[in-house]
Amino acid sequence: MFKSLMNWVDDRFPATKMWNEHLAEYYAPKNFNFWYFFGSLALMILVIQIISGIFLTMHYKPDGALAFASVEYIMRDVPYGWLIRYIHSTGATAFFVVVYLHMFRGLMYGSFKKPRELIWLFGMFIYLALMAEAFMGYLLPWGQMSYWGAQVIISLFGALPIIGEPLTLWIRGDYVISDATLNRFFALHVIALPIVLLGLVVAHILALHEVGSNNPDGVEIKENKDANGIPLDGIPFHPYYSVKDIVGVLVFLFFFSAVLFFAPEGGGYLIEYANFIPSDPLKTPEHIAPVWYFTPFYAILRAVPDKLMGVIAMGGAIVVLFLLPWLDQCKVKSIRYRGTSFKVLLTAFVVAFIALGWLGMQPATPILTTLSRIFSVVYFGFFVALYFTSKNEKTKPVPERVTG
Amino acid sequence: MKKFLITFLLAFPALAMASGGAHLDRSPNDLTDKESLKRGAESFVKYCMGCHSAEYMRYNRIGKDLDMTDIEVANTLIFTRDSSGEQTKPGALMKISMSKKFAQSSFGTKIPDLTVIARARGADWLYTYLRTFYLDDSRPTGMNNRVFADVGMPHVLWKLQGLQKANFATEKDADGNERQVFRNMEIVKPGTMNVEEYDAFVTDLVNFLVYMGEPVQLERKSLGVYVLIFLFLFSLLAYALKKEYWKDIH
Repeated sequence: MFKSLMNWVDDRFPATKMWNEHLAEYYAPKNFNFWYFFGSLALMILVIQIISGIFLTMHYKPDGALAFASVEYIMRDVPYGWLIRYIHSTGATAFFVVVYLHMFRGLMYGSFKKPRELIWLFGMFIYLALMAEAFMGYLLPWGQMSYWGAQVIISLFGALPIIGEPLTLWIRGDYVISDATLNRFFALHVIALPIVLLGLVVAHILALHEVGSNNPDGVEIKENKDANGIPLDGIPFHPYYSVKDIVGVLVFLFFFSAVLFFAPEGGGYLIEYANFIPSDPLKTPEHIAPVWYFTPFYAILRAVPDKLMGVIAMGGAIVVLFLLPWLDQCKVKSIRYRGTSFKVLLTAFVVAFIALGWLGMQPATPILTTLSRIFSVVYFGFFVALYFTSKNEKTKPVPERVTG
Repeated sequence: MKKFLITFLLAFPALAMASGGAHLDRSPNDLTDKESLKRGAESFVKYCMGCHSAEYMRYNRIGKDLDMTDIEVANTLIFTRDSSGEQTKPGALMKISMSKKFAQSSFGTKIPDLTVIARARGADWLYTYLRTFYLDDSRPTGMNNRVFADVGMPHVLWKLQGLQKANFATEKDADGNERQVFRNMEIVKPGTMNVEEYDAFVTDLVNFLVYMGEPVQLERKSLGVYVLIFLFLFSLLAYALKKEYWKDIH
């Protein structure tokens, strides 16, 4: 019965073919470790955000006079509205945690290298779209941080010569952040960017499944196949990695729920305290800091004394990540077999990124600004040094097969 | 735009001082103490709602969370009438009749809604703020505050607390500059409550404000415990399944 139904469908739509290509006969290396959970987790969070977002949209009002109150309405009067709202706000942070770990995995094991450059590029575009999505979503609760955070970030575009001022006007739809801005950010947040994100995620996964997954050894498993053309070190994604990823999902949900139910404000880092004061164009908060996932770039922006140069440096900090597949010229992929220089550089990069993230949350005192400058130099230094050292790096021999 | 910028620049120094960095006393409020929350709710309606609204909160939500019937809510918490001239319904939002325009012209500033003020300020800040008004002739209301310098709000609770003056000592800092350092508070005119009674009164009020900031917070945590237990048990099961499948992979 089921079989004949599937045959009927398969004659008209490649259901079984797709199932096999992407799950049952997609051969993934058998040696994935802890770091390989974060891709599937990111996908799951995307789904969580879309579903919780749909329910929020049913009750939220994108109107300068009503937005703040409608969020409190969700928190109080909508049945389990508080849960949906906290899922969405905690989900935003979780998304970035998972994406940063996913990107770090790519850096460690050289997953961005040939033939996976396009996977990396699609991934970077996802990251970019995600930042825009998060930034626009943060305006919607219409609290003081929503308002002034957006004011500060949009005013950055004003630093660009000639087109700067008209551009900020065009983005805001007004001379200040206003109802017009809120309304358009709502439209972009709930429809435009999610569509872009979904499209990019599909491209990211299609590209991955075309070339196959990298692994902690950085060995191409497709180079060693058996008589049937199946990689010797590959195992079908389903059921092996589907059952494994379920464990990852549950462990993740445990930590996610711990935050959601016991510390949804995250000490003021997930939902900033000042955002419980309704937006007021006449009162600037004492200390405006973006949400934590933007702070590394915010620290770079503030480290540069000139506004325009600061904006360029901040943009450059993201653009340079796109270029990674061509900056890193080392033939060896995995950190396991790469030289000491790479290990030192990557460590410095991670330290700088975390330090900048912390600095971006602090008020800009002279000492902290000096520190921001030092770590900004380290951040960019990583890419420059990588370009020059990677070509002649002293690498270890890479094994023929994965090491388990 | 120009007007906006000027206001912005003028407001800046005042805002920068608003936090003042004064020491905050730890609030001893306890959200599980429903009697304290009820007392706090009554005080809030009696002393705060003359000027401050709590317009995202409904009266009967307090009743539901603190085990009060609608009639009890109406009798103890509702003293206003709605537009039809009848007593405000228990299901209504906790609004006030003072217009925003009047508030602005009388106090020179917007009067904040207090529904989520505890989430913005924190319990310790509120607990300290409500106990540290002191006499200051330079202020229009004759009062100033330790944690909210040059505050616009008069000391509404002075009849309960009495009037106190702040004693400052002059000290020299490392650079030899003289500065005023706060020493202590001294009651110069006693109120109807002694210090312990007033502190307990403020504790109840702060307790209520913290509760009102997020009425669901106690339920949230108790639900969270079950969710975590479920996820823990489910992940053991999932791990066992994974192990079973992976037995044949070497």
